[in-house]
Formats: sequence, structure tokens, C-alpha cells
Amino acid sequence: MMEIMEGSHAIAEAVGKCRPQVVSAYPITPQTHIVEALAEMVADCKLDADYITVENEFSALSACVGASAAGSRVYSATTSQGLALMFEVCFNAAGMRLPIVMSIANRALGAPLSIWNDQQDSISLRDSGWLQFYAEDNQEATDLHYLAYRVAEDHSVLLPVFVCFDGFILSHTYEPIDMLSQEDVDRYLPKFTPYERLDAADPVSFGMYATPEYYHEFRYETDRAVKQAKNVYRKAALEFAKMFGRDYSGLIEEYRMEDAETAIVAMGSICGTVKDAIDEMREAGKKVGLVRIRVFRPFPSEELAKALARPKRIAVLDKDVSLGAKGAVAIEVRDALYGKTIPVLNYILGLGGRDVRKRDIAAIVDLAEKGEGDMFYGLRKEVL
Amino acid sequence: MALAVGCRARPGRSRDNKTGSWRVFKPVFDHEKCSKCGMCKTLCPEGCISEDAEGFFNPDYAYCKGCGICSEECPGEAIAMNQEEK
Repeated sequence: MMEIMEGSHAIAEAVGKCRPQVVSAYPITPQTHIVEALAEMVADCKLDADYITVENEFSALSACVGASAAGSRVYSATTSQGLALMFEVCFNAAGMRLPIVMSIANRALGAPLSIWNDQQDSISLRDSGWLQFYAEDNQEATDLHYLAYRVAEDHSVLLPVFVCFDGFILSHTYEPIDMLSQEDVDRYLPKFTPYERLDAADPVSFGMYATPEYYHEFRYETDRAVKQAKNVYRKAALEFAKMFGRDYSGLIEEYRMEDAETAIVAMGSICGTVKDAIDEMREAGKKVGLVRIRVFRPFPSEELAKALARPKRIAVLDKDVSLGAKGAVAIEVRDALYGKTIPVLNYILGLGGRDVRKRDIAAIVDLAEKGEGDMFYGLRKEVL
Repeated sequence: MALAVGCRARPGRSRDNKTGSWRVFKPVFDHEKCSKCGMCKTLCPEGCISEDAEGFFNPDYAYCKGCGICSEECPGEAIAMNQEEK
């Protein structure tokens, strides 16, 4: 049924329908509305879950780690500084192979303090072993949560997942949402079957120490699990498409790429703007296309190499920057295209909530055609 | 030993983990100098020194990490720490 809903509230409702048994989170802008709504559902007995209030994000995710190890389906949500405080726990959750799902309302990292959107927070945890899905709109942000639990809890994956969507731009925007019914979600998402769980009658410890003889192999196996998640994701998304008609089965999405001379690569809500800009440029005779990365971890290298084999130039938009290097997406796109001569140009843009318009996308395509790139786009020279 | 998913472990792993591989200096017990006081066994943080039938004390090299506390505290200076070649 279509409803006009705020992104955060749609996500909270979808998460509630996934029947998490434990929710632990700490409020932080722009994620707060999600956990507020979930706390209300628990208080009103609409969701049969334990809502654990904690003193900060480190404790929130730690509570989730314990609850997940004890065999519960768990949920958390955070952003920016909150995610930064969870850094250590993120690596532990992945290393212990706990299928936690956490929403990230993407926001810039301080200093300087900024509550506005970019994707630096989740990108900074790219090496942690969490799968990372990026939504373009609120329908997708909502649906990716059902998928996230399916993929995370698959016994060949057993990894935690970030479902990322741009803070404010999506979290606080009202859009029509086709909300699945409880029956539909129950049909798609079976009860959580833990691979192994804490049990006083049959004690087991999680994430024990590994000597140099074993640690290397543990990292290899976690890396292999992240990579195996590709097929599990595809299958879970195809089943979702068959049941509900919305197809997220591509780790990437191609838009008007068939004869594109300039290919734009981007993630998240900016892709809506890019698609509109492409339509206008196409009308003016410019052959531009978009490759949107939906799944950033596991990184879709083969898919990108195939999708980006034909254009004359590639413009990668990054709402993040690995300071002293480039945007994280551009670095990895270039790696995916290793050995090919096609230029990959990087544009850092939209940091800390700077608005990105269609005219900016057109300007970037102009720059790419001139071979100018690897830059912070749109710098206000007058304040430098 | 095959890896357990998520480095999960049943109780008793401190027996399976042969921490003797950590050792750089190996304690060598000289029974000639030993007064059988048992200080080494009392102070061994690994709990890997045991008393034999004759009342002498011997470390279990499978677990001894070579910390050297026994050698440092032995009143008879009966325990030498020798660098080990592996």
C-alpha cells in the first residue's frame, strides 16, 4: 500500500516488520527519528523487542554484539560521530561474524562539526568487514533493510550490514512508500536461525584471541565471506523482485549507459539528480550515462569493469575523501579498471551538506570532456 | 585445527593453545642447586611448573612462555634462562 512517509519513519516501520528481538541505539541527528519511532513501537507493545537504552554508541553496538551472540535478531542505527565511536565494536562484530543490521543516515565527520550529509562516515569503515548497501531513494532505503537481514543471516555470509542513505536528503524527506505488509515480510524473511549462540548449558566464547599462526587465516576467511555475499545478495534480491516487483539484484545499476561517451559513477541520493541531469544532457545531444554503485561492500569490481568498458571517460563522484589520496570510490573504480587506458577522473563534491544541482553535474561532464578532474569540485575560491 | 567461524571457542582452549611457542628464553632447571622450596611453582603465572616424584620442579615447555619470573625469584639461582633457537 502506498503511503506518504518520512524516510526515517518508513525505515523504522520496515525494521519493526523484520521483528528484531533487541534494538539498542543512541539518538544522533539525522538518525534520531528512526530509533525514536522504534522506541515508541516497543513502548506501545506494537513490537515485541527489548529496547536497550545506553549511554553512547559504543555501548549501543556492544549491546547488539552481545544480543546477537545470544541468538537474537538485532538492530541499531547511527551516523557520523556515533559511528566513529563504534569503530572498535564494528571490527569486533564482523570478526565474530554477527549478522547485525544497522542503518546509517550518512553525515559528515567532525571537525569541523557538521550535522549535514556526505558519506565520509560509512566510507571510513570500509575495511571493517561490514557489508555496505547505498540507497538512492526512500523506497530503496526501506526495502534494503529486508534484504540486509536475509543476506547477513545467511550461514555462508554471517556478516553485519550497513544500510546507508543520505542524512536529511532521504532521512527527513517525505516520499510515497510502498510499505510491505507484515505477512509479506514474514514470507520473505524467515525467523533468525543463529549459526551458533551463547548458551550457559553449552558454553562457547566468540572472537577469542588468535596467535600469529591463525590470525592471518581468520582475516582471509572473513574477506572470503564478504566476497561470497555477492551471490547471496543477488539471489535474495531476485527473490524479493519476484515477490514484490522491485528489482535490486544488481550490485550496480546502469542508467542510459548503452552508448554513453561519458560515464558518471556515484552512490546514494545524488544519483537521482544525476539521472535528471543526464536526461537533459541527452536531449541536448550529449551521450552521458550513470553507473550507480548500490553495493559498495563487497565491491563490485567485475561488474564495474564490464559496465565501464566502452565509454571514453569516467567521472567518479565522491561524497567523501581519503585525505592525501582521492575519493574512496574513485580509487576503487580505478582499481577495477586496472590495465585499461580509459581515463578515470575524480570529483569530490557535496561534502558537509553542500548542495549538488543538475547544473553541477553538467559542469562536471564539461570538465571531464576537457580531461580536467581529480579535484574538489565547486570550491568557493573567495574563502580560501 | 580448523578455524571456527568468528573465532568461536569451547571452554578449555588454554590447554589447546600451546603458548610455549611464544618463548624466546628457556628456563633450564639445575637440580644440583635446587633446594625444592617450590617458589618457582608458586610464582609461575602460567601454572605450568609441577613437582615430580623426587620433589624436584620442572616446567612444561609446551606452555612455558619464558617470562623468567621463576629464574628471577629462585633463591638458589638454580634456574638459568637460555636463549632458544627454533
